[in-house]
Amino acid sequence: MGLKDKLTELKKNALEEINNAKDLKKINDIRVNVLGKKGPITEVLRGMRDLPKEERPNVGSFANKVRDELSSAISERKERIEIIKTSKRLEEEKIDVTLPGVPVKTGQPHIIMQVIDQIEKLFLGMGYQVVDGPEIEEDHYNFEMMNLPKDHPARDMQDTFYITDKFLMRTQTSPVQARTMEKHDFSKGPLKMISPGKVYRRDTDDATHSHQFHQIEGLVIDKNITMADLKGTLQLIARTVFGKEREIRLRPSYFPFTEPSVEVDVSCFKCSGEGCSVCKHTGWIEVLGAGMVHPNVLKMSGIDADVYGGFAFGLGPDRFAMLKYGVDDIREFYLNDMRFLKQFSQRG
Amino acid sequence: MKISTKWLKDYVDIDIEPQVLAEKIERTAVEVDEVYRLEKGLKKIVVGETLKVEKHPNSDHLHVCQVNVGGDELLQIVCGAPNIAAHKKVIVALPNSRIADNVKIKRGKMRGEVSEGMICALQEIGFAENVVPKKFVDGIYFLPEDAEPGMPVYPYLGMDENIIDLDVTPNRADMLSMRGTAYEIAAIYNKKVTLPHLEIKENQNDNVANFLEIEAEPELASTYLMRIIKNVTVKESPIWLQKRLWNAGIRPLNNVVDVTNYILMDYGQPLHSFDYEKISGKKIIVRLAQNDEVLTTIDEQERKLDAHDIVIADEDGPIALAGTMGGQSTSVDEKTTTIALEAAVFNSSLVRKTARRHNLHSEASMRFERGINRKTVVEALNAAAQLIADLGNGEVVSEIAKGALEDAAPVEVSISLDKINNVLGTSLKVADIENIFVRLGFGVNIANTMFTVSVPPRRWDISIPADLIEEVARIYGYDKLPATLPKGELTPGHYNHSQNIIRATRQLLEAAGLTQAISYGLTTSEKAGRFLMQPSESTQLKFPMSSDRTTARMNLISGLLDDIAYNVARKVDNVALYEQGRVFYREVGNDRPVEVEHVAGALTGLFKTATWHEAKVPVDFFLTKGIVEHMLRSLGVTGRVKYVQADGHEEMHPGRTADIYVGAEFLGFVGEIHPNICKEYHISRTYVFELDLGKIMGLVKNHANYTPVSKYPAVTRDVAMAVDKSIKNSDIVACIKENGGKNLTKVELFDVYEGEHIATDLKSLAYKLTYQNKKATLLDEDVTRDFDKVVDELKEKFAAKIR
Repeated sequence: MGLKDKLTELKKNALEEINNAKDLKKINDIRVNVLGKKGPITEVLRGMRDLPKEERPNVGSFANKVRDELSSAISERKERIEIIKTSKRLEEEKIDVTLPGVPVKTGQPHIIMQVIDQIEKLFLGMGYQVVDGPEIEEDHYNFEMMNLPKDHPARDMQDTFYITDKFLMRTQTSPVQARTMEKHDFSKGPLKMISPGKVYRRDTDDATHSHQFHQIEGLVIDKNITMADLKGTLQLIARTVFGKEREIRLRPSYFPFTEPSVEVDVSCFKCSGEGCSVCKHTGWIEVLGAGMVHPNVLKMSGIDADVYGGFAFGLGPDRFAMLKYGVDDIREFYLNDMRFLKQFSQRG
Repeated sequence: MKISTKWLKDYVDIDIEPQVLAEKIERTAVEVDEVYRLEKGLKKIVVGETLKVEKHPNSDHLHVCQVNVGGDELLQIVCGAPNIAAHKKVIVALPNSRIADNVKIKRGKMRGEVSEGMICALQEIGFAENVVPKKFVDGIYFLPEDAEPGMPVYPYLGMDENIIDLDVTPNRADMLSMRGTAYEIAAIYNKKVTLPHLEIKENQNDNVANFLEIEAEPELASTYLMRIIKNVTVKESPIWLQKRLWNAGIRPLNNVVDVTNYILMDYGQPLHSFDYEKISGKKIIVRLAQNDEVLTTIDEQERKLDAHDIVIADEDGPIALAGTMGGQSTSVDEKTTTIALEAAVFNSSLVRKTARRHNLHSEASMRFERGINRKTVVEALNAAAQLIADLGNGEVVSEIAKGALEDAAPVEVSISLDKINNVLGTSLKVADIENIFVRLGFGVNIANTMFTVSVPPRRWDISIPADLIEEVARIYGYDKLPATLPKGELTPGHYNHSQNIIRATRQLLEAAGLTQAISYGLTTSEKAGRFLMQPSESTQLKFPMSSDRTTARMNLISGLLDDIAYNVARKVDNVALYEQGRVFYREVGNDRPVEVEHVAGALTGLFKTATWHEAKVPVDFFLTKGIVEHMLRSLGVTGRVKYVQADGHEEMHPGRTADIYVGAEFLGFVGEIHPNICKEYHISRTYVFELDLGKIMGLVKNHANYTPVSKYPAVTRDVAMAVDKSIKNSDIVACIKENGGKNLTKVELFDVYEGEHIATDLKSLAYKLTYQNKKATLLDEDVTRDFDKVVDELKEKFAAKIR
């Protein structure tokens, strides 16, 4: 039997063995046995020494060809086994994807804070500062600087928790505005601010009253601020919080720190003005108070009321949240029932 | 202020649907509470005439009445009212009628007698109890004798009038009168008012000087006037007057008091009637009360007066509390024949204080507080005096007794066209604005584009240019204003450092699984003073509303425990909350507390409940501490954070609480609530933390330098050891770090064991030490040398048995 025949037979047997191999170990063994240093092909090649010189290239190239063929057969088979193995594994690993996912433990902001965040974002975008101030205030800043002298009848409108004759729990966040106006340097640009925060009133808590609630007051002072600017700004608030189709209307009202003063209604977002229980069948919901800053307020803060003017507004995030989410009891906000806090989405 | 549109039409010629009118008022002047008509919803309620009234055979209080209701047949109606009588005109609810509150009346039998309907009291057809004349409060009402049987009762009672109930703002007290409202409506609709003036007919044979003289300080009463009406018969008022009063929300009493109330509603001028015969002496003095003076007011209350109360006094002492309530001793009754009628303008702030102190807020005091039309005091007094004379068959004595009389002149206010347009953002013309001022009934002079406006005394709320701008804006219409945004120099809008830290803190804690709570800032003094992080005086309210809210909080945990207790009581057992807010620390001698931003958390129950996939995760100390660590690390607090065993917090578990420091700075604490406190709140084990955010803000740097990541591999070594139980992890870690050599980059505790496989006084701790050199690959022998040094040190220092 010549070397070529030997190689041909070897190839035949090896291919059979390769094609029958069922796992990677077997195929690896075959590779080592057939193509390895101690394998038959190497042995054949070693036997070439005994061949006549002229036959050597012929046999040598045949042997190399056999080796290449077997080598690629092994690779193919290996690949094939891997494919089978993977598909078997995939089959075995099948799960019920309708089982629930692992809950992610997160907390979330309080619903009032979500309303405040939303409004802060709006005003930061328009170049307003957010200014904080003390919750325990001086009568001077809370009332007098807001054009509410001691005997003013409007002081009855907001009954106050006094600490001493001089200090009180602030009833509004406007004292922050008074403090900021006093310090503002108009050579560095207009004053544009909002002041969010907690306020307190001497009220008995019930579904619609709370001795503690929140306020965001806004103030713009510059040389050419108009009531139309106020109207545009209020419209923006209404549309940001209650939806972009909302309209507003202004009605005359009275606040000692603004003149003219207006009450602001937003078109009902439940019935779009057709009349429902939310808007008491008027199509409008009262949402905030506003006006042009009273010249006395400017003067008291050392601002020249002949040159500068501006607008102010005050809104209640608690009321906004009650309206927006249909919360019918303000106490819910401060009892912090997990089931209450967790039900609001965080879209902002 | 309840406005009857029927009365209003006497003064302004308008023909507008009440709802439309109300909406217009609301958009132009003041808020409207309600628009209603009393007859609305009622059905088949007619005038009846009681022809025969007999005792019910089977009852000691019922009567059987034969009632003429205009038809051929009489109705038999059983009536239980005590004042039922024959030959009276009464209110009859016919069979199948509807009375107040949508109640249906049917034909029926009462104790065996057929009753075809019901004879009604005013309250039963919708009148408020407090406007029903006293003598009819406990029985049925008798209609005027000329009422025609069978006709609907509504017009006889004024129930067919539309009422617009105004919520008048404090600045628009001019609208607390029919006449003031008429001017406003006229301005809105560009009409003219026609106001009647009752001519006074004085008896020239007698002079008020024969009756009294008055002494009044102008600071107490800028105007103080009296008239005498003599030979008056006090009796029931005519029905037209009663209707006007009850439609305005006032109970009719007698012709004298009713006239004063009628004039109050018509002019907004409070009046008071005294029984002249009961006044001692002839001199009336308006003065401040002396301390300890006493007055029994007409509500039979004895009131102690003080030097802030204005009183009307005769020679024996106070006879009325000015502007709020008259005295009982001089009140008008059926026997009164001579009336001393007072019209005044009292010091508003003193009346306000008196009304508050004595809790005597009335229609009169409200008007004195908010202002009165000084122009019509005399006119109102004259109209009232004449009307009393007319209705009581008396006569007005000539002349007015004057204690003080303030001149009422128009006020001049000037404003330019530009100013108006610049403030409103409009482009109104001179003629537009002139038209508005004319409609309002103001005098106006125009020079170029400057308006000089003469404001009549009835609009005492207007005194500065801004007030005129408001008048222009509201009459022009807010709806017509354009909507723009402020122009001008741009300003950056951004949070400051502390606002950023506060918001970052909130987000970190929410991401860590805590939900934001907002609790009350006011609490009990006991709860306010717990969990203190520094000594502080409490800050108390002067007049709290309830014992639960008396003191400004000095910690946030108490509020969170209230929240947990609320949840647990409602079977919500797993709670994880945080709160960010202020606490109020006060030093002795300072009235004002310092407000410090804090953040706190409270967790109880399970942090995660078991699922099909995962075991439950109960809340514990280390979970809570982990949240704190995460927060401080993520905020970028610089300096090493230390947790020091703290057994000194009274409200905390002494073995499970750590104080938190950076250097010598005390930031707060974390730990388990003391079981005694849990018991008080009826809650199970609860873990909390509270930190001073103000201090944290000071420790957060905005910029940290970048550290290059080493390119060379790290090598780890584990060491497990048994040490005495009392030895603290922090001491071991400190020892390892101190002796670890320059390549030690990380020390992690990965196992803690106490139990049966180790002696009872020992615990096993296992640490993974990571070594890494930034500049070269570490040699095994270098690591071994460093590691051995640590091990030796641990053996030496803690008698550690390496396992």
